[in-house]
Amino acid sequence: MQVPILKQGAYLIATVQSALTDEDLKQLRDTLVVSVSKVRARGVIVDVTALDVIDSFATRTLRDVAHMIRLRGAETVICGIQPEVAFSMVKLGLSLEGIATSLDLEEGLAYLDRKGKGPGQEVGTHR
Amino acid sequence: MANTQDFATLAEARLETTASRLRELVAHLRQQRAQLREEWARLITEAKLLTAMTKEEIFAEATSVYDNYVEALETGTYEALQAYARNLSERIIPRGVETHEVVGIVLLLRDVLARSLFAKYREDFNKLNRILDAYEPAANRIAGTVAVGFVQERERIIREQQEAIRELSTPVLQVRERLLILPIIGVIDPQRTRQLTEQLLRGIRTNRAKVVVLDITGVPYIDSPVANHLVQTVEAARLLGANVIVTGLSPEIAQTLVNIGVDLGKMNTVGDLQGGIEEAERLLGYKVVPMQEPTAAHVVG
Repeated sequence: MQVPILKQGAYLIATVQSALTDEDLKQLRDTLVVSVSKVRARGVIVDVTALDVIDSFATRTLRDVAHMIRLRGAETVICGIQPEVAFSMVKLGLSLEGIATSLDLEEGLAYLDRKGKGPGQEVGTHR
Repeated sequence: MANTQDFATLAEARLETTASRLRELVAHLRQQRAQLREEWARLITEAKLLTAMTKEEIFAEATSVYDNYVEALETGTYEALQAYARNLSERIIPRGVETHEVVGIVLLLRDVLARSLFAKYREDFNKLNRILDAYEPAANRIAGTVAVGFVQERERIIREQQEAIRELSTPVLQVRERLLILPIIGVIDPQRTRQLTEQLLRGIRTNRAKVVVLDITGVPYIDSPVANHLVQTVEAARLLGANVIVTGLSPEIAQTLVNIGVDLGKMNTVGDLQGGIEEAERLLGYKVVPMQEPTAAHVVG
């Protein structure tokens, strides 16, 4: 199952539609890292609202994506993690430290907008 | 073959005699109703049972219990009595009637009736024996039914109240757009921590909260599983894009947390609830300014 990646202004939005295999995740990572500079995006949003499970591989891949994209000069926000998923991730010791997370797509866009305007508040990230 | 048939007829005969004896017994109890009922009510008062009720109430209840009792003996079915016992329990539990009182009065009635049987069949010891054979199992079963009914009703009420307490124990309050407060009062047990986590994460979802102030001023102590769970809850909230500020850690709790080595580095803690709300407002970009003092000119004009 391929994850569609849409360009919206200066941002790329990847909306996960269904459960992803490890292969899908790797492909998502590679596509994002390549396309971020191709379209000169300033921010990337990965929407995981549809995921009922986020395992260690998925967490690691998301973390890698965020770090790689930062090296490519853009910001990443993971949005839409379900409450149950969030808690089981924490229980399993999977963390997204240093990576911006937001409630939903709207919040994620708002976060990137704030970031774009220079030093603003960073609700939702670790200081 | 012949043997089994004999046995069957014998059992039938015994059943019939039990039934006929019970009938005789019921007739006797109906006849003596007024007197036995009064005797029973007197014994209840004497034994200082049902002190929460007035004499008239005791008498009225005694009458209906008596009638239901006799009916159960007559019909051999306990549904009506069970329903009555439940209904009675519902009425008297809120008035503080205890289990031992209910058991006590039913046993008293059993004894009063047994005494009257002794008196009636004093002459014929064999007959008394047979009547008691029929009476005792039925009476014990009735006593059991009433007592169990009462205890079940009590348990039901306790369960309901527990449920109510549980629901009340972790309110999630919205104080401002995107700002929630969770005041926690009382000891946090594992069950409550789970519920807390659920409520917090769900609250963030439904209210679209950005900042949550978790106030634990009212929590006397915390142990390490609960502390770890709290830290995990804070982490999970962050994954939903919300910041959690923990306020009101008492000196004792602060000491315990440091002693058991809970990693609080990721937690945002502020001294008291006021400070927590101020911090939250700062994060959300609010600024609270005092209104101007109303001057004389304002009041007049």
